[in-house]
Amino acid sequence: MEHYHMNLTLKVWRQKNKNERGRFETFQVKNISSEMSFLEMFDVLNEQLVAEQKEPIAFDHDCREGICGMCSMYINGRAHGPWHHTTTCQLHMREYKDGDTIVVEPWRANSFPVIKDLVVDRSSFDRIIQAGGYVSVNTGNAVDANALPIEKQKADESFAAAACIGCGACVAACPNASAMLFVSAKVSHLALLPQGDPERKTRAVNMIQQMDKEGFGSCTNIGACEAECPKGISLENIARLNREYIGAVFSGSGEGNA
Amino acid sequence: MTLNSKIPAGPLDKKWESYKSTCKLVNPANKRHLDIIVVGTGLAGASAAASLGELGYKVKTFCFQDSPRRAHSIAAQGGINAAKNYQNDGDSTYRLFYDTIKGGDYRSREGNVHRLAEVSANIIDQCVAQGVPFAREYGGLLSNRSFGGTQVQRTFYAAGQTGQQLLIGAYQALERQVALGNVTQYSRHEMLELVIIDGKARGIIARNLVTGELERFFAHAVLLCSGGYGNVFYLSTNAMGSNVTAAWKAHKKGAYFGNPCFTQIHPTCIPVSGDHQSKLTLMSESLRNDGRIWVPKKQGDSRKPNEIPEDERDYYLERRYPAFGNLVPRDVASRAAKERCDAGYGVGASKQAVYLDYASAIERYGKVEANKQGLSNADARTIRELGEGVVKEKYGNLFEMYEKITGENPYKVPMRIYPAVHYTMGGLWVDYELQTTVPGLYALGEANFSDHGANRLGASALMQGLADGYFVIPYTLGNNLADDIRTKAIPTNHPAFEAAEKEVSDRINRLMNIKGKESVESFHKRLGKIMWDKCGMARNAQGLKEAVEEIKALRKEFWSNVYIPGEVKEFNPELDKAGRVADFLELGELMCLDALNRNESCGGHFREEYQTEDGEAMRQDDKYMYVAAWEYKGDSQFEMHREDLNYEVVHPSQRSYK
Repeated sequence: MEHYHMNLTLKVWRQKNKNERGRFETFQVKNISSEMSFLEMFDVLNEQLVAEQKEPIAFDHDCREGICGMCSMYINGRAHGPWHHTTTCQLHMREYKDGDTIVVEPWRANSFPVIKDLVVDRSSFDRIIQAGGYVSVNTGNAVDANALPIEKQKADESFAAAACIGCGACVAACPNASAMLFVSAKVSHLALLPQGDPERKTRAVNMIQQMDKEGFGSCTNIGACEAECPKGISLENIARLNREYIGAVFSGSGEGNA
Repeated sequence: MTLNSKIPAGPLDKKWESYKSTCKLVNPANKRHLDIIVVGTGLAGASAAASLGELGYKVKTFCFQDSPRRAHSIAAQGGINAAKNYQNDGDSTYRLFYDTIKGGDYRSREGNVHRLAEVSANIIDQCVAQGVPFAREYGGLLSNRSFGGTQVQRTFYAAGQTGQQLLIGAYQALERQVALGNVTQYSRHEMLELVIIDGKARGIIARNLVTGELERFFAHAVLLCSGGYGNVFYLSTNAMGSNVTAAWKAHKKGAYFGNPCFTQIHPTCIPVSGDHQSKLTLMSESLRNDGRIWVPKKQGDSRKPNEIPEDERDYYLERRYPAFGNLVPRDVASRAAKERCDAGYGVGASKQAVYLDYASAIERYGKVEANKQGLSNADARTIRELGEGVVKEKYGNLFEMYEKITGENPYKVPMRIYPAVHYTMGGLWVDYELQTTVPGLYALGEANFSDHGANRLGASALMQGLADGYFVIPYTLGNNLADDIRTKAIPTNHPAFEAAEKEVSDRINRLMNIKGKESVESFHKRLGKIMWDKCGMARNAQGLKEAVEEIKALRKEFWSNVYIPGEVKEFNPELDKAGRVADFLELGELMCLDALNRNESCGGHFREEYQTEDGEAMRQDDKYMYVAAWEYKGDSQFEMHREDLNYEVVHPSQRSYK
């Protein structure tokens, strides 16, 4: 790869805490290497701010290898920026050229209140999992792992759904701020496996109930979630969730635990 | 204080069984009145918290991330070992035990390692029952692959995302307990002090990272599951937030630190590309199943890899270690890469890299696939395409990750890789019950020093974290808490809580009031450079002595010239990081002292003065067959205690993979 350096203008959302009003602030960063990751470019900006004794920009990040789901920037109008199947931390600066302006915002959804600058509160996702995103099996209860063969195709589909990193890009990308892709990924992961079968009805109903309670919007089949999902979680999961939910409600056994 | 490892008496393969049958129990009614704190929610913490919640204990979990699911176990790629022998290739509990002892270069306890091998099979059963979607064969049964330091296929996996799938399994079990009210979860909270009352760990002081407030929490026992300390090197494969703070606070309150110098340098990471680099990305060891590692035979060869003919390539691992080839353990593979690069055979712009080449695997798999499809005359291109398809299914996400970072397509051009700091075998000293030298304080997973000796085998970290959490601590904690059932919950206005909180707030205020000129990040980078240069892949007495002095000077500078913006009572990541770097600045010194004390080479600890003629690590069993457990005695003062290692079953020998 050809390396080069660039100067950029950044317009970044600043917000002191969840109660105060936010605003865009403009910064210049110079001499950014095309080999840097997007967050390393933010490191440079923050070091610059600290050197000027100004407050650096707060943003969530941890593993920086695309798997923890912590990073969450809305870049030039797209969740995690322009690259397909990529988290913000894996986006690299060779995407940009000298003189570009980049606008960076937090995830915007009522169910993800801003904590500071680009950091949002995604604990609603934990509560949705608490509502049923598990198999009720205590430690020590298990039979031999090979006692029950599972069709490879089913196992692979389940894995593809379980690859969700819970970052919330699906919610941020959706005009309705719906969490259907996230919920459907978990319901699919477990419904596709025999171990998840006994609870599949209550799980679908309870997780949907919790999602509504958290204030996420409805799904209107736009598909922005799938397009922006860094892990390629498929819309087919939403179709499966709808089938699971309807099946549960009409069979009368999906009253939920509430 | 003499160290008592509390290894049960009896034959090796009966120790754990007899412990489980005879340990004390706590009845369910009493469990409801016993509080447990779990710090860290990775594989060890989440599995422990879920299992203890299921048993009826009142559990509180803490993590600095925004959700327990973010813990860095999530990033483990390649797999998890278990002695299932599903492949009928000669595996057994004993073999897994033996491979682990040998892989650790005879610096771990037989009793602990055997227990680990025994429970390994239960882990896979448990995870499958939770719905962990492991890779499967067409017959519907579980698939396995090979990892370094073994000659059997015992590694279970879920593509290159095994850690993610296992952690989500444990996280879901944990969230279920949260829903049932058995566990209370505190996210964006960081433990900053341990509270000790009458000689026992009875709680913690944690900072709410959103509000900046200090909060007090009581428990009958405290479990540290806070991971390793590889970030002392600044650049490592750890997450940005991974830190030693919880373990270090415990160390300063009396918990001994075991073998701090035992660091694992992983051979296959994406090389450093410039000064801006904030972390290094691992390319899973599983890639060595099929990839071949080589450098040019000619020094300073500047041709492109595909232009270098086969007979001008040096597959140096296959050449030096024919029995294990590309699957030698990590310490051996890392040193061999360093040796080639230091000798001038390195590749890429920095010359600090070697090739990991998939061309022959792609061709091999392509031919098999062509046969399966009945293509008897497939041309080279078709074979290549078919082969790439197979490789994609096995390692696709890793290849994608490589391409995103480097901009190069590893299906067409060999990957460039170089060793990087990955894991720390050292950690808080614990006995067989996972209890530290502070009664009531336990350490699980990477946070303890226990099972991997001087070098951990691939796919064994996940195994140990889950073994400790699911299958060990539920027994050993009960054995100790049985004596604590009369202890009522201690109110957090107890003077010990007051004092601990004051200690934390004084320290924070001191940090904020330095108001110097240099950023936390810059100090961290400088510390990392000292550690990597002088306490990294190769160490010597001279360098280590220099490092100790340099770290002391740097620490002094930090405490007089660091600048932390913002306020205490708000979300302030710079302040969080400052506290962590301050602790690394103390730990780094101890690591160097430990490395200086250990006048031998073993596993990941390579002292240049102690090597065989052909450059292999040379142990000094007569002098150093012990665990060095360090006691904190005040600023820069540490006293070493020895726990001698007794091998009753295995006979330590010069480790050979030739």
